[in-house]
Amino acid sequence: MAKEIIELTCIGCPLGCSLKVEKQDAEILSVEGNTCPRGDAYARKEVTNPTRIVTSSVKVVGGEVETVSCKTASDIPKNLIFSVIEVLRGQTVTAPVRIGDVLVKNVCDTGVDIVATKEVQSA
Amino acid sequence: MKQYDLVIIGGGPAGMAAAIAAYDEGVSDILIIERDKELGGILNQCIHNGFGLHTFKEELTGPEYAARFAQQVYERGIAFKLNTMVMDISEQKVVTAMNAHDGMFEVQAKAVVLAMGCRERSRGALNIPGYRPAGIYSAGTAQRLVNMEGFMPGKEVVILGSGDIGLIMARRMTLEGAKVKVVAELMPYSGGLKRNIVQCLNDFDIPLKLSHTVVDIEGKERVEAVTIAQVGADRKPIPGTEERYTCDTLLLSCGLLPENELSRTAGVELSPVTSGPVVNESLETSVEGIFACGNVLHVHDLVDYVSQEAAVAGRHAAEYIKADAMEKSSGKTIQIEGEGGVRYTVPGFIRPDCMDENLTVRFRVGNVYQNCSIVTYFDDREIARRKRPVMAPGEMEQIILQKKQLQNDVSRVKIVIEPNS
Ligand SMILES: Cc1cc2nc3c(=O)[nH]c(=O)nc-3n(C[C@H](O)[C@H](O)[C@H](O)COP(=O)(O)OP(=O)(O)OC[C@H]3O[C@@H](n4cnc5c(N)ncnc54)[C@H](O)[C@@H]3O)c2cc1C
Ligand code: SF4
Repeated sequence: MAKEIIELTCIGCPLGCSLKVEKQDAEILSVEGNTCPRGDAYARKEVTNPTRIVTSSVKVVGGEVETVSCKTASDIPKNLIFSVIEVLRGQTVTAPVRIGDVLVKNVCDTGVDIVATKEVQSA
Repeated sequence: MKQYDLVIIGGGPAGMAAAIAAYDEGVSDILIIERDKELGGILNQCIHNGFGLHTFKEELTGPEYAARFAQQVYERGIAFKLNTMVMDISEQKVVTAMNAHDGMFEVQAKAVVLAMGCRERSRGALNIPGYRPAGIYSAGTAQRLVNMEGFMPGKEVVILGSGDIGLIMARRMTLEGAKVKVVAELMPYSGGLKRNIVQCLNDFDIPLKLSHTVVDIEGKERVEAVTIAQVGADRKPIPGTEERYTCDTLLLSCGLLPENELSRTAGVELSPVTSGPVVNESLETSVEGIFACGNVLHVHDLVDYVSQEAAVAGRHAAEYIKADAMEKSSGKTIQIEGEGGVRYTVPGFIRPDCMDENLTVRFRVGNVYQNCSIVTYFDDREIARRKRPVMAPGEMEQIILQKKQLQNDVSRVKIVIEPNS
């Protein structure tokens, strides 16, 4: 496969270096533009295995409010963000809910749970 | 009239941290007054993560951060009234408030902490031409609708302003199925954090157009299209650069303003630069015994700094109450002045005898600076110089002043941005 150049902005600090990653198949040939080693590490992770925490909310049944906010307990692969949101869209939970309650186990087979980030008492 | 040692106006992160610090300093007769139905302030609608890295060494969502402080308020048994709106504060520290249960009531405070937060700049202040159809929201209002009421304001969205709330909402609305077509920013740089530009815009291929503004809004009943154009160095639209986007929603994310109507009625002097009170080293306003912290004092982008600052205000309010009158300072004050790009400083002046060993002075710069230093002068003597590879108006800066350095005959502290030679 041909060489590929990927451009990124490092989020490690406010400097926001513009990074250029040279990649061939799964192999990273070089990282340029970083001012410090953190930029290099960030670029390698972003190009090979980008992950994100996803936050959203799900519907609550029998609660004092209609929705409860939630998040993935740790980061999940970036390309699964929309799949996770899709699962949450169809989800309901019954009040009461406490912070840290698991709302969905092993979401999209990531091995990561969806946990509540807010308390909702019963109506 | 009921009396309290300390009345705190607003139960957001600032109000809670001030209450906790005052309590821990030995003042327990405290009342927090909050107009919302829960403590936590604006954090309750900020369901994304990224809060509390400095304070808790982990990334929390807004509601989780708020809950940790609310827990500390409960544990101390600090009194609070929810669903209660403060209407007036007098110079004598009589606080007038109202709720459905008690009606209108007054309380007398020995000291007051202002912690009312901020509000968003409204469309009127932005001066966009065109009709005023439905479908125009501030980014914060949209955040509240989507995150707390589960209501999506629209399907096709244009965002004006690249402040963090606008960026966060670009991602949130995209995830909820909307198409965010463009984010237009008047300035040549974004007001938001790099991390938010990457994770909220780049992740979803949402274009960010710097040096662009909205020049036309179409639609009489509902927004139908928005036209943006590039602006020149004078920030005026350049003819011929117009681009039209069909959309049903326009979000405005154009900055925050401290909420100081109450401070004004209390006779508190406000700074024309921050729109917040002018305060001394103890975060006390021009009215003795009235303190201020958080977004009502100056707009913060990181809640960790709000909590730190509020703890300082709460502690000094407690000291004020315990001393029963201001511990007599010699009356000497030292002005802190910002120059060469430093727009303002909080605090604005220092009474050296009342100062803590270390005093954090927070400020913002007026432009993007690269390869510069923050230089501190006592009169014309250079005291400290710290290199900063990059500074931007969107990120608050700070320096620490040490009391032991200030002892001699300093009459003026100056903070200046200077290019590295
Ligand atoms: C829409 C929005 C989104 C934000 N998103 C982020 C973010 O993602 N990350 C981040 O770090 N920071 C964010 N911020 C900044 C955020 O404001 C601070 O981090 C922090 O919440 C400020 O705390 P505060 O206590 O000063 O103000 P607030 O949280 O605004 O709390 C002020 C409280 O005072 C109450 N109040 C006001 N007037 C009265 C009255 N007259 N009577 C009774 N109560 C009153 C209000 O109801 C509110 O609860 C955001 C700010 C806004 C406006
Ligand atoms: S590479 Fe280093 S200096 Fe550059 S943005 Fe990333 S963390 Fe900051």
